[in-house]
Amino acid sequence: MVKIILPQLSEGIQKATVSYWYFKIGDQVKEKDDLVELTTDKATFNLPSPCPGILTEISALEGSTVNVGDSLGLIQES
Amino acid sequence: MPLKVTDLGLVDFQDARVRQKELFREVEAGLWDAGLIVCRHYPAITVSRRSSRNNILVSQEELKNKGISLYEVERGGDVTYHGPGQLIAYPVFNLNYFKKDIHWFIRYLEGLIIRCLDESGVKGERAPGLTGVWAGRLKIASIGIAVRKWITFYGLSINIKNNDLANFSLIRPCGMDIMVTSMESETGGVVQAEEVKQNLVSLFKDSSGFFNRDRPRR
Repeated sequence: MVKIILPQLSEGIQKATVSYWYFKIGDQVKEKDDLVELTTDKATFNLPSPCPGILTEISALEGSTVNVGDSLGLIQES
Repeated sequence: MPLKVTDLGLVDFQDARVRQKELFREVEAGLWDAGLIVCRHYPAITVSRRSSRNNILVSQEELKNKGISLYEVERGGDVTYHGPGQLIAYPVFNLNYFKKDIHWFIRYLEGLIIRCLDESGVKGERAPGLTGVWAGRLKIASIGIAVRKWITFYGLSINIKNNDLANFSLIRPCGMDIMVTSMESETGGVVQAEEVKQNLVSLFKDSSGFFNRDRPRR
């Protein structure tokens, strides 16, 4: 299982809001597919998939606030 | 670094969106390190994916009757209005060659707007905790961007003319109860959109270290 980790989007900013999941649990994803859209300040940022596989868990639902380094979900690598 | 500047003039929001995406793909492919689209829009209201439709205060039919188009967009921020009295700038910057920091980029855009306003004799300021540029308590410029693969799109709008301001009353701008103003309201005189545009483009070039380039790298 590969964790989908929130990276540092801005210096000194530790939080972002999950605004949109492009896939649902059980979906097949390719490496670098846009997985999830995050919002910080007046910007959106798409987090790409770290690897190809199946999205098996979404732990940060749309609307939730996440910290840098937090896991947003899991991918079963294929 | 090469900066490609495209002036679309007065253009439909959707057409500018298509041009932005083309430019994004060119920057992504490495043809340019950065691109800048400047334009003005026919009346349009744009909402982000997460903005509440309650922030549009009139019906879709009423918007249609007023000739205002409605679009859902991928940028951050809430609902906003665009009209021909505004200058729009869409910087498509590859932050991998600049600084990989979203908030820094937003503050950079605010700084450019403040300097651009200053050149026309308008005092713009940041408001602590808020994004955009303000003249006193009134909002004069808005920012909403999207970042994909550390390349930016969407951007900023500056209210120049007075004629559009009434249409802001159709929405709750940015989802907040804020009042807007324009450069003409602040100066009490006529402000030429063309001049503001040229000033802004120059500021983008000067501040970024980008230079103008009319042909791609390969």
